Amino acid sequence: MRKEVMLSTLGLRAGYGGKPVLQGLDLEVREGEIVAVIGRNGVGKSTLMKSLIGLVPTMDGSIVYQGSPVEGLTAFKRARLGIGYVPQGRDVFPRLTVGENIAVGGLRSGGVSEADRKRVLGYFPILEERWSQRAGTMSGGQQQQLAIGRVLVANPSLILLDEPSEGIQPNIVQDIARIMVQLNKDTGVTVVLVEQNIDMIRAMAQRCYVMDKGRIVAALGREELADGEAMRRHLAV
Amino acid sequence: MDVGTLAFSALYQFGDAFAFLVLSACGLAVIFGMMGVINLAHGEFIMCGAYVTVSAAHAGLPLPLAIVLGALVAGMVGALVEIVVVRHLYDRPLDTIVATWGLSLIGTQGTLILLGSTMAGVGTPFGSFQVGAYSYSLYRLVLFVMAIVVLAGLYALFNWTRFGVMARATIQVPHMAAALGVDTRRVYSLTFALGAGLAGLAGGLYAPTMTLVPTMGTTFIMEAFVTVVVGGADVFLGTAPAAALLAVVKATMTSWYGQLFGQIGLLVAVIVVIRVLPRGISGFLLRERA
Repeated sequence: MRKEVMLSTLGLRAGYGGKPVLQGLDLEVREGEIVAVIGRNGVGKSTLMKSLIGLVPTMDGSIVYQGSPVEGLTAFKRARLGIGYVPQGRDVFPRLTVGENIAVGGLRSGGVSEADRKRVLGYFPILEERWSQRAGTMSGGQQQQLAIGRVLVANPSLILLDEPSEGIQPNIVQDIARIMVQLNKDTGVTVVLVEQNIDMIRAMAQRCYVMDKGRIVAALGREELADGEAMRRHLAV
Repeated sequence: MDVGTLAFSALYQFGDAFAFLVLSACGLAVIFGMMGVINLAHGEFIMCGAYVTVSAAHAGLPLPLAIVLGALVAGMVGALVEIVVVRHLYDRPLDTIVATWGLSLIGTQGTLILLGSTMAGVGTPFGSFQVGAYSYSLYRLVLFVMAIVVLAGLYALFNWTRFGVMARATIQVPHMAAALGVDTRRVYSLTFALGAGLAGLAGGLYAPTMTLVPTMGTTFIMEAFVTVVVGGADVFLGTAPAAALLAVVKATMTSWYGQLFGQIGLLVAVIVVIRVLPRGISGFLLRERA
């Protein structure tokens, strides 16, 4: 059974003025999938994520989310439609406590209920210990978990996860990958993952797009993901 | 004069100076601290609050309600100014200074043209009380209490409400707040309106104690800027301690050498603080916490 399309882009051109970083990018992600986007540094992966959430303006082409075009909406409106963005570098609010960071994430679904709180803490128990601590004082791995918990609290339909392994200890990377897979099983949340870490891609993704110069240049299935040589070639070229 | 009355006199001077500094500065501090906007029309929002308060009192509204009305009207004017002017200049901070300065001139001169060079005031309420050989205005004590109430209210607003957590998230990482569903434009509008409303409140509260002229904002603006510069970007860790420090300087200098030296003392204190703590008191306090 083919699931509904959650997110698709067609001829997406986006950037910061002048020459667009994304040069006519097409992709399609179905409901409940975990899809990775890989590619060398500077091919526009983070720009893709920012343009999907609306932090980088669309110049041309379309972004369709759950059947409706969203490329003309501002970031906060897209977030309210159920897109959860976990940025590269995490961008937690450093001088807010963990609890307040979660509260900001919960605003779009009308506040954090006790059930929401329990659900997030069930996946990321470390956040309970640190609940009243300022987010800026936590380690990278803890901040990453907070950044994911912060979008999770509002029950997103789609999570955009940008380089979650960057600057994080290997064992935490594994934990995060495991939790994301579990989350996907439990809630059916769709995940678009930008990542360079092969282990994390293999642990999480069901399939994968390869990006180069602002375009999708290849699509890899599960078998090709398992082929270590091919993956390394795509990441390192 | 015995020690008790002397101590009371010193305390009263301090409280009076502290209240004036806090009430003049908090609106400016909220707008600068939360949005990074230097609002040179701050004095005119104060004037607006004072004029509305006095007009409403003349029209028969009880003074406390008139003061609230003054704050509300100044806040609404602030929201309008944000939507029409300031919003379009967020990525051009220097232009914001010029634009708000222009608004300040328009406000002062417009009031002069429309309402004339002065407006009949209302008397200071509550009368006075006697401690030792001196008599003190009871209303000045009310102003001190109001300064504390405003600080406590702002603390509660920013720490315990939905708006507060949204506003703090928005100043820390604006793009991320937006990506989590916060309408950051609305947060900025409300914050600017809040700052303008606090300025209006200061104007309303001080209206009974001073002569109403279109340029009355300048009476407040020096103290307001000095307090914000010394305090830095945080209202609670900056404005409140800065006001306390400057109140000591001002009260001491004023009671020993007179008004003029009180002002000079303030300016010297600013120079010293900025030399030692370039980012103000709150910048110093926050340096290890970010």
